[in-house]
Formats: sequence, C-alpha cells, structure tokens
Amino acid sequence: MTGLLRRDLGRLAAAAAAVPATARAQSGPPLRIGYSMSLSGGLAANGRSSLLAHKIWAEDVNAKGGILGRQVDLVYYDDQSNPGQVPALYTKLLDVDKVEMVTSPYATVMIAPSMPVVMQRQMTYVSLFGSGTNETFKYDRYFSINVGGDDIKGTYASGFMEVIGMLPTPARSISILAVDNEFAQKAAESMRHFARQKGLRIVYDRSYPPTTVDFTPTLRAIQATKPDVVFFASYPSDSIGILRAMSELRFSAPLVGGGMIGPQIAAVQAQLGPILNNLVSWDVYSPEPTMDFPGIKEFQQKYRARAAAEQVDLLGNYLQPFAYAQMQVVEQALKRVGKVDQAALAADMHAHTFDTVVGPLKFSALGEWVEPRNLFVQFQGITDGDLEKYKRPGTKVILAPAKYKSGTLRTPFGQGG
Amino acid sequence: MSATTLTDLRGADRIRHLPFWLGAVGVALAVFLALRLIGNEYGYYAGYFVLQYVVLASAWNILGGYAGYVNFGAAGFLAAGAYTAIVVRKAFGFDLIPGIFCAAVVTGLLGLGTGYLTLRLRGVYFSIATLCLAVVLQTLVVNWDYVGGSRGAYVIRPMTIPPFASYGEYIFLVMLVLAVITVGIARTVEVSRLGRGLQAIRDNERAAEAVGVPTLRLKLMATALCGALMGVAGAPLPYYSGYLNPDAAFSLAFAVNAIAMPLIGGAGTWAGPVIGAVLLASLQQAATVTISSALNLWIVGWILVIFVTIAPRGILGWFGKR
Amino acid sequence: MEFDLSLLLNGIVSGLLLGGLYAVAASGLAVSFGMLDIVNIAHPALMVAAAFLVVAVGGAIGLDPLLCAVLLSPVFYLIGVGIYTFYNRFFERRGDEALQGLAFFFGVMFIIEVGLVMAFGPEQRFLDPSYAFTTWRIGEIDLPLRMLIPALFGLLAIGLLYLFLHRSFIGLAIAAVAQDAEALRLLAIDPVKIKRLAFGVSAMLACIAGGALIVVQPVEPSSGQIFIGRVFAICIMGGMASLSGAIAAAFLFGVVENVTATFFGPSWAPAVAFGWLLLVLAFRPQGLFGRAA
Repeated sequence: MTGLLRRDLGRLAAAAAAVPATARAQSGPPLRIGYSMSLSGGLAANGRSSLLAHKIWAEDVNAKGGILGRQVDLVYYDDQSNPGQVPALYTKLLDVDKVEMVTSPYATVMIAPSMPVVMQRQMTYVSLFGSGTNETFKYDRYFSINVGGDDIKGTYASGFMEVIGMLPTPARSISILAVDNEFAQKAAESMRHFARQKGLRIVYDRSYPPTTVDFTPTLRAIQATKPDVVFFASYPSDSIGILRAMSELRFSAPLVGGGMIGPQIAAVQAQLGPILNNLVSWDVYSPEPTMDFPGIKEFQQKYRARAAAEQVDLLGNYLQPFAYAQMQVVEQALKRVGKVDQAALAADMHAHTFDTVVGPLKFSALGEWVEPRNLFVQFQGITDGDLEKYKRPGTKVILAPAKYKSGTLRTPFGQGG
Repeated sequence: MSATTLTDLRGADRIRHLPFWLGAVGVALAVFLALRLIGNEYGYYAGYFVLQYVVLASAWNILGGYAGYVNFGAAGFLAAGAYTAIVVRKAFGFDLIPGIFCAAVVTGLLGLGTGYLTLRLRGVYFSIATLCLAVVLQTLVVNWDYVGGSRGAYVIRPMTIPPFASYGEYIFLVMLVLAVITVGIARTVEVSRLGRGLQAIRDNERAAEAVGVPTLRLKLMATALCGALMGVAGAPLPYYSGYLNPDAAFSLAFAVNAIAMPLIGGAGTWAGPVIGAVLLASLQQAATVTISSALNLWIVGWILVIFVTIAPRGILGWFGKR
Repeated sequence: MEFDLSLLLNGIVSGLLLGGLYAVAASGLAVSFGMLDIVNIAHPALMVAAAFLVVAVGGAIGLDPLLCAVLLSPVFYLIGVGIYTFYNRFFERRGDEALQGLAFFFGVMFIIEVGLVMAFGPEQRFLDPSYAFTTWRIGEIDLPLRMLIPALFGLLAIGLLYLFLHRSFIGLAIAAVAQDAEALRLLAIDPVKIKRLAFGVSAMLACIAGGALIVVQPVEPSSGQIFIGRVFAICIMGGMASLSGAIAAAFLFGVVENVTATFFGPSWAPAVAFGWLLLVLAFRPQGLFGRAA
C-alpha cells in the first residue's frame, strides 16, 4: 500500500547513503529493472512475498557493488491481480520510465497479457511461475522460472506415479478432481495420461470452479467410489476446504494428494496442522539434505527476519527462493555479457547453466527448464500447527524424483483425524 | 396535442445534430493527434482504458439515467461482448471489427432477453435479475472449455497494422471511434422520442402508461441498446490484453464504474457519463501508477457514495444544467 | 453417476443444514427488503464484515464464534440504525431511492468489501469452534456439527425474530409500516423511527449470520458477492415480506445446490440456483410462496 512504497523509498535511500563513496564514484547511472507485481488482490500473498525476495536480492547485489558497476534499482507497480492492468503498466515501464530490463509479474494469468508488449520491444524476459505461457507465443527470448519443464503433460505426474508404485498393495483405482485453471488442468491431464498408461481405473474425474467453498458433497461422491488413490489439483483456498472436508468425513485412502497448491504455504500449514499428515503433495522445495543448494539457507534467514514485518509468508519455502533465483539469472547473464543488450542476453541465457539458490538451471529452446523438478513430498509426523518444524528436515519428506528422495512412504492417509 | 409538438421538435432537432457530430469528431481528432505527437505507447494504452469507460458509462446511462432502471450486471454484458469476440475469432477467424459487430448483436439480444423476462415487473427486480445474470454468465464461461474456461483465452495479434505505428495505436483508434459513435447514439436517443418516453417512465411509470406511452416496448428498446453498447465496450478487450480470463472480464471494477461514472457526471444526459468516465478513469489510471494498491479502488467507492449524497444530480447537476 | 441412496440422503441433509445458514443470511434481508422495501445490497457485505470481526475479536479473546456474534450484534444494530438514518435523510426524503439510493448501497457494499481487503488482506480467514471437527452419525447420514450448530442457532435467531414481529408492539408496527405508513402516522407513531429500528434489527441479523458463516466455512472479503444473488433469490422466491416463505425457499435452495453438486459436479451448482431465480422472476414473480401482487 502507500506505506509500503514510502518504506521502500526510505530503505533504498538509506541503502544508497550507506554505499561507500568509492563505489558510488565508480558507478554509472542505476540499472533499472522494471515489472508489475500483484501487491493487492487475489494473488497478493505470493506477489508480496516475491517482492520481498527481489528486494533482498537487490540489496545483496548492491552491497557487493551492483551489476557492471551500477547499483540496481527495482521499478515496480501494483497490478492489483488484474490482467487488464498489465499491458498499460508494461508500456509505461518501457516507454515512460524507460527501464532497461523487464521481468514478469507473478502467475500465468498476469504474465500472458504482458507478452505482446514485451515481444514487441524484443526484451529478454525472465518470468516467475508461469505455466505453459510460451506454448502459445513461442517467443525465443522468454525464460521461465518454474519447475514444470516443456512437457507438463508428459512429466508432471511421473513422480506421483513413482509414489503410487511404493504402495505395499498395488493400487487399482484412482479418482481425479481438479480446479478449473491452467496449472491444475494440466496436472490432471498428466495424471490421466499416466493412469491410463499403467492401467489404473479412473473411477471419478471432474473439475470444479474456483469459487467452490463446500466440498462435502463432492468428496462424499468420491468416497462412494472407494478409490485406492485420490488425486487433487487445487489452489490454496480449495486445498484447505478439501482437506478439512476429508478430515470431517473421515475419508481414508491408501494414497491421497497430488497437485495441491496450498500445503506449501506457511499460513496453510499453520491452519491445517495434523490434517496434513501423510498427504503426498507436489512441491518445489523442502529443507531436506538432498536440496541443500548454495546460498539458500542465507537467503531464507534474511527473508524470515523480515517476513513478519512485511506480513508475508513466514517460512519462504515456496516460490520465494525462486523469485530470488529469477533475479540471479538476470544478474549472471548481465555480468557475463557485459552490457544491456537484449539479443546477447537472450543468447547467453539459452547457452549457459545458471547456479542459483534453487540449484543449477538450464533453459530449453522455449525457455522452460530442461530438467523439470516436480517434487512429491509427504507430510510426516505432524502433531500441531507450529511452523518451526518446517524449517528442519524430516517434516516434508521428499519421495520423488529419485534424485532428491529423502524418506519412505507412509500409508494410509486419514484415519478419522 | 403531442403529435404536432413532437414533429416540430423533431424538425428543430435535425438542425442541432450536425454541430454535435462535427464537435465530437473534432475533439477525437485532436486527442489522437496529441497522443501521436507525444509518441509513446503508454498514452494509447491509458487512453484506451479511459475510452472503454466512456462507452460503458454512456451505454449504462441509456437505461439507468434516462429510464431509471439500474443495471448491476454491466460486467456481465461487457464480458459477454469480449467472449463473443473470442468465440467468433476461434470459430470463423473473424478479426476485431467483425468481432465488434457480432458482440453488439449477441449482447443486444441478451439485453432484450433479460428485459423481456423481467421488465414487466418493478425496476428493482430488473436490477436483481441483472446481478444474477452476471453470475450465470460467469458460470457458463467458466465451464465452457472452448473459450478456455477459468484458464482464459489467448488472442495472438500482429505487432503492427499498417498504416498505424503500432497495434496499440490501432486499438486506441478503434476505441476512439466506438466512443464517438456511442456518445452520439446516447445523445440521439436522449433528444428523440425514445428518450422522452424513457424520461416519462423514469419520472412516473404508471402515469406514462396511463397517457399511452408504450412503456414495455420503449424499455425493451433501451435494454437492447444498452446491452449492445456494453458488449461493444468489451469486444476489443481480448485484443487489447492479448489474453482474457473470466476474473478479468467479469471484474467488479466494471460493475461499480458503470454505475459510478454516470451518477458522478450527471445521469440524465449524454454529457454526464462522458465527464464521469474521463474524470474517474483518469483518476484510477493515475492512482494505479502512483498509489498503486487496493486504496485505488476503495477511492472509487467513496467518491460514489459522497457524490450521490451531496450531488445527486452529478457534476452537471451541481452546475445547474439538467 | 451411479445413483446411491445414501449419497442422495446425505446431499439432502447437508443441503438442509446449508439452507439453515442461507435462511439466517436471508432473514435480515427479508426485513429490510421484504418489509421495508429498501434494496440493501450491502447486506451480505455486512455479514462478511461481521464474520471478519468475529475472527478478530473471537480469536483475540478466545471466544466461540457464535457467542462472539451475539456479543457484537448490538454494534451492528447501531451500524444499521446509522445507515438507515443516512439513507432516509439523503435519499428517501429526496425521493431518490430508485437510482441514487441503489447506487448508495452499491457504494457501501464496495467500501466494506475493499475495506476488509485493506484491513485483513485478501486471504481466507477462519475461526474454529471447539466442535469444528466432530460429526454425529445417524445410520448412513452424517451431521457435521460445524453445519448443524450454526443452522440450529440461526433457526433460533429466526424464531426469536418471528416472535418479535408477531407478538411485540414494535414488531407489529414494522409489519404495518410496510403496508401503510400513513396509518401509522395517524396513530402518532413515526414511521421513520420504526423503519430505523427495523433496519437496525436487519443489520443485527447480518451479524448473527456472519458468526454462523465463519463456523461453516472460511471467509474472504469477496465472499459477500457469492451471497448477494443467493439471499436476494431466496427473498424473492419466498415471496418478499414472508419470513416463513424465505425460510422455506432457503432450505429448498440449499438442497438443490447440494444435490446438484453431488451428482453433477460442483461447477454447475451456482448456475442452477440463479437460473432458477431468473425463471421464477419470469413466470412467478410473486415467489413460490407469496401471494400474487
């Protein structure tokens, strides 16, 4: 809000004043990176925490002398989670504010309307958590910070299939319920594809609109089909509703979970507490020993110190390290290329592997990750809603892919509470 | 009594139309040239935002301001227009201009249908029906896979359209023309027999019926026209953003602005919505790039409440014109 | 979808419980819209605001949400009185109800909703009472307490309202003012005072409904929008001034929504309900239970 903007200016001013005189004397004009971010509206929770991650990155970079001897300046606007605002904001950033680099808003629905403007200016564009956006545009200067990879349908649910294979008694039936949005529908499509391949019987397969609040009738209908595997693809508010309803119905099955967004978020983990036990859910990061990437612990420490004051996700276990990595990609490419040349930067991003706080990243021709990393984690041993345990290994055990596996499957999910 | 007076007035009207159209085209040309001179795209995109509301507010006013029937579902009609444009593009390959015509037809029929179902009842039932219509339409779109459902639909548009400097310039110009036409229609309705009939309905519907005003027919014409023009406001939206999803199309901001702008400008006449739209939309666009938060939208709500309380006839009413 | 009797029974029962919530949400509107003819579209927004306040206050002092709502209801009574006084002074007296008055309530609804976003953020809030996860079972039928208790509580509130309207003097005056304000004046009763009181009661009911809502499901600032159509639909289907009609319509509404969601998937439930309203408006505008105008 207004306070946020003033606080930022204050902080930036303090940071600028704190930079030693010699560094200031060397530096050229500030390097301005522009974007819109959802600071209000439905996407604000993730938008604001991403902004904090970006600010931490900017401070880190500036403390070491900036990029190419220039201090980094983040120029951002609140797009209010409204896709209609995005084209105007990006034309303002490029034509009026004349920023030199642009990055994307958060989430597919906000990234998509920015593409025509960005493509027209031929800008190199690193995006945050967009799903399949470039399939339509096929822009060669687009780079995605998202774990999905090029072929979501063919790869997303493979980890979940691996987990299904870990069940002591082979599973024969599966139910699928997905919210009607891009990410969830793709996840469900992938699950369907794998289920058919392995000969699992699909006993329930429906979608629901994002405004659904009461899941009891739907879950009862699923319960009636007695599936061995229950697959959900849902967004935070629905995930909460679904899991609470399952607890209330005492719905138990050998394996429950899937592409649920929500259990990765601190506030949801606090709210659901032990209801999450034995849920096997998609994730992007867990503080397990197999995922100890360089720099992530330091980042999370800095982030957690400020998260409460900024009223954002307290743990920083979800997209926040990826927001930091997004800017790291921009930083490393600029340092290698040596100047702000969009074509050269795009070529560099296609050619090299980047070392980030979320591990080494390499981009494909369409800008997605060459190696998708759809983790499937299981919540284990949870007794309450306290968040401290999520900072340590052992609570969100990684079951798939094998490269990051750090524990064993517990079954079943749900036993009356 | 009525026949001769009305014919006289109509004769007088015909003379007064030309200055309006010349003036309107002149202003539009001036705005366009000014933006061309400034030369940056942002002017066109911000300008589109304002003009879209000029169309929406003027359309709403035909039924709301002239006849006194409040349409809470402006977002529904606008979204219906936008999605019609998407459907005809996908199904037949129609581009922007044919898409606009199709949108006008579809939303006009939608308005006619809603009117037919509810206008025989009191105004408040019509209002509630429009509210429900917006929900029903949104549910339909959300469940319709062809237009992408909740995931939204993409519109791949060319970077440039010669002889225009950019696509942004082109779409701004399209909306500018639509705005001039819509305001012109609103004015023509206001000074015509239809407009006078609607005014009679607003002042006292029962009395109007008693003197033989065909209230149902006039209300249906107004609803159809209002619906068609609101759809026209929405049709270019997917082309403007390159992407559209139900949340953006059915946004509450459209519904509240469609009501606030005419009431703040002055609801009984064609100029009110134009004033209200230009002021309020510019304010919101400026706030987006400065205050940049939920506060921006909150302000609209407060302005609406304050205005209808202290200046119920809007800005125009405040300055004495009616 | 295979037909399963227990699914149907449970769909009907949970629909009835949901209907209890819808009934208490609509009852306030039955008073303000049905009896006083004030199109208070901000009613659901008040309900959601109450739910948020219950979360804030109940969470802070550790009180059960329903009790918290009862404690907060005098505050909402005063809010209701305040809103009506303002509305009467600036809109009813000027004869501006139709356009400006309606826009006023729209603006109030908007201010409340966006205000909640600014104060609490756009995310969902919840407040679990002690019985949140307990479910009674009678044979095949589930009775989750998180739906049963608010429904019973709501019906109790409506019962009290009914007694108030039909047994107390002021209550009878409220029913009278809807029919003939002039007659009241002749009896030296100020209709404006009566309406003010009634509107205050309507806001109180919104508060109670908000407390019930937060027990049934988590709320977010935009929750009110989903309820606007529902509560107006229920009032109209119930025949406007009839409280018992509104209750019956609420139960019917809840059952239809739930059974549709169970057998046809949740995506069509909203359209079914509102589509039904449109048809009612088209063919039987006095409502299913009302008398012809």
